[in-house]
Amino acid sequence: MGEEFKKAYYIARKDLKAYYLKPPLISWGLMLPLVFILAFYLRNPQGIQEVSPGLVGMTMLFSTTSMSAIVISFEKRIDALERLLMAPIPLRIILLGKGLGAAAFGWVMGLISLILVIFVFGLKASHPFSLLVSSLLSCLAFAFLGILISVGVREVFEAMTLSNFFRFPMIFLCGVFFPLTSMPLILQIIGFGLPLTYSVDAFRQSLLPGEGLLNRWLDILILAGFCLLLFEWAGLVFKKRNQE
Amino acid sequence: MTNRGIVEVERLSKRFGEVQAVDQIDFAVQEGEIFGFLGPNGAGKTTTIRMLVGLLRPDSGSAWVDGYEVEKDPVRAKKSVGVVPEASNLYGELSAAENLIYMGQLYGVPRQQWEPRAEELLKEFNLLDRKEGKFQGFSRGMKRRLTIAAALVHRPRVLFLDEPTTGLDVMSARGLRSVIRGLKAKGVTVFLTTHLVQEAEDLCDRVAIIVKGKIRIIDTPGGLKERVKETEVLEIRPRPVSPSLPKMFEGFPGVEKAALVEDKIRLYGESVHNSICPILNRLEANGIKVLSIQTLVPTLEDAFVKMTGVDAEVMRVDKPMKMGGMG
Repeated sequence: MGEEFKKAYYIARKDLKAYYLKPPLISWGLMLPLVFILAFYLRNPQGIQEVSPGLVGMTMLFSTTSMSAIVISFEKRIDALERLLMAPIPLRIILLGKGLGAAAFGWVMGLISLILVIFVFGLKASHPFSLLVSSLLSCLAFAFLGILISVGVREVFEAMTLSNFFRFPMIFLCGVFFPLTSMPLILQIIGFGLPLTYSVDAFRQSLLPGEGLLNRWLDILILAGFCLLLFEWAGLVFKKRNQE
Repeated sequence: MTNRGIVEVERLSKRFGEVQAVDQIDFAVQEGEIFGFLGPNGAGKTTTIRMLVGLLRPDSGSAWVDGYEVEKDPVRAKKSVGVVPEASNLYGELSAAENLIYMGQLYGVPRQQWEPRAEELLKEFNLLDRKEGKFQGFSRGMKRRLTIAAALVHRPRVLFLDEPTTGLDVMSARGLRSVIRGLKAKGVTVFLTTHLVQEAEDLCDRVAIIVKGKIRIIDTPGGLKERVKETEVLEIRPRPVSPSLPKMFEGFPGVEKAALVEDKIRLYGESVHNSICPILNRLEANGIKVLSIQTLVPTLEDAFVKMTGVDAEVMRVDKPMKMGGMG
């Protein structure tokens, strides 16, 4: 089994090496979150601390799902994904490798925004361990969500467009800018069904002690559940699409 | 499994919606041979390869590679197999050496062998001077050679080649055929698909002719020609040439089959020479001049045309090439 996990690592490493400078990744994964952070800071410098955990979560969501879209839809388009499917590697390991590459990219981008909010906007990481675990699990969950979205399309721009269909509502439904509890009940219910809610809640508790909706370890447990659910779901859809 | 060959297929079928792409095919490939799957585009060749390499699940039937049933033990079966798809689909952003090393990693080649094996293959495929060059900058012929090299990194026992020379210029295609013969000399079993009759005749020890998802016949190229040796081929160069010319001889006495081959019409029949006068009269009556006329020894192409009813012209049409690039 160790050999199989090594293959997942090789897949992730190759993806990072091959795609980290692709234009859609720079524009959607890096520029957009940075522009959001800057826009919020310029509008209300005093209130930036309040939205910072959400902005870190949003950066991770956008950069991770953008990388997923590239590694899946671009490789499908040039038939390179078939290379992996023809190799003696179980599908789960392929998906894990693809997910790890995307998650690693998103995590580094999230870390950059985290360093920005800590050192520039003066936030303090009061619970670094839970921040680390929740950020890693968030990126993995977002990566599998990105794969799930991208499996059905062939072009990168289609994957990006489809991703935005999920990403933009998540910004408003998951407590990035407004507290979830201030929204109508129906929107709260939808928000609690989305992984970004738990990422933002865990980040908020780690960066702004005393705030938050749930216990941060419960957030982490739910994020782990999302990882498993989205991984299995992506695997099922991938298998089905591959036979069409 | 019955251990008839290194690749064995029993009653394999696959349907896509209304189209029966592969229809209950059976065959066995013997170790060390070059086995060709010959048929027009859309005959089911690629679908068959995709089932044999575990990319597609068959609707029914079974396939074994190197003793392992592909559907039940895909990972083990894939270890014995190298695949060269129709599109040269390596990673454009990686160099030639990086692509080969990556394949070594995916196929479980021991770490200490990654670089020496990559170097060995680059040398063998005459790409050593482009070792650090990115795949996306290679010519089509170089891409094809590197794609074949990538399929050999783990020293597979069986190599699947899907339309290996499609889209290549004459010289590159000739070079590639010599590479394929070299693989056989090294003991690699080669399974290739082609729509080019000449390619099948030049390369293959045995050929399976597949049309509309069904295997019509399996034999050596010589054996296939033997089957039509009683058939005479009359080749006429008419003017003007029109695609409807063969229709003029449908049901014509003494003519079993008529086909347009380039700018000539070929008429097949066991004693077609007895009908030369009526044939010329029919052409003249339709305002068609005859520039030359000759009888031919039947080729594999003639055997193919006679046995399948598929026109040679249809066989010469390449599939449109897929374009890569960044979206």
